[in-house]
Amino acid sequence: MSAALGGLWPYLVLVLVGFLPNEIWRALGLMLARGLNEDSQMVLWARAVATAILAGVIAKLILFSSGELAHIPIAIRVTAAACGFLAFLAVKRSVFAGVLVGEAVLLAGGFLVLH
Amino acid sequence: MSGPISYASSAAAFFAGVRSALTSVFFLVLAGTFIGIGALAHGFGFAVWWLALSTVLVWAAPAQVILISALGSGAPWIEAAIAVSLSSIRMFPMVVALLPLLRREGTRLRDLLLPTHFTSVSMWIESLRLLPTVAPERRIAFCNGLSVGYMGTATSFGFVGYYLAAELPPLLAGALLFLTPMSFLSSTARNSRLMIDKLALAFGLALGPLLAYLHVQLDLMWTGVVGGSLAYAVHRLREAAT
Repeated sequence: MSAALGGLWPYLVLVLVGFLPNEIWRALGLMLARGLNEDSQMVLWARAVATAILAGVIAKLILFSSGELAHIPIAIRVTAAACGFLAFLAVKRSVFAGVLVGEAVLLAGGFLVLH
Repeated sequence: MSGPISYASSAAAFFAGVRSALTSVFFLVLAGTFIGIGALAHGFGFAVWWLALSTVLVWAAPAQVILISALGSGAPWIEAAIAVSLSSIRMFPMVVALLPLLRREGTRLRDLLLPTHFTSVSMWIESLRLLPTVAPERRIAFCNGLSVGYMGTATSFGFVGYYLAAELPPLLAGALLFLTPMSFLSSTARNSRLMIDKLALAFGLALGPLLAYLHVQLDLMWTGVVGGSLAYAVHRLREAAT
């Protein structure tokens, strides 16, 4: 791959393969959103769809991890996410508390398993 | 909360948005995520400026991870393009849900182009939370400031990760990758005040892995359409019952 990465070629690939296939959804949203107000049923539904997709991505990142995270056993990943979420609920819906506790459990569990 | 905040100028609203980005939990999340992506890009032999440009142009961490790993491992362009596009379908309902918060009587289309491009998970979550507290005429400026703050953070830490590249021990690298799902889970839950949002979150968490496990084509799209529509249907039924 490195040989092909010289010059402007990779930047053209970035636009064709990365930018355009991604941006088309934003452009479609812009076209469709014209004339809709924030209380309309369509917007309510769109928000529910977006939230569900995002939730699906979150669950997949935890259950079917890639890279170095995949080396930490799934039981630890799920336990860490559950502990983080409970901490989030317990500490006045604080995202920071959720992330802190989730990461702490993941690191502790990962350390015990990998060492 | 006492009425929306009215900034003296668009510039003031813009910088309030930047400040809000740099002090939110997403600052840490983006820093961690893009250190990871920087390391990934380095590992696959991409140039550091290519990575920076991909952050500005694509501006979606999952799409960038897919793009870098697909191109880097020699996948055909068309396959990489389809994978990137599928991962970005969520942008569509996000833009549809966000723009009504930004648009007023007489807002020009071109003023909405930047917020449309800036739409991504972190910006969307924070915009839906914060924009209602901003006076309507300053929302676009605030939103652009917020987005520039996030994009600047992501681009900067992409450089950090690129040069740190793979110097991190595996456990820490794994913990960095865990930042994204953990913070998105908490922040999405924080934004879910209405029953319909909570239901959509729960349905998505269950359906996403299930459909992927069953090897359903376009699993994320179906997760959204089925999970979101179910949540919407329950919401309508409850409204009809009261």
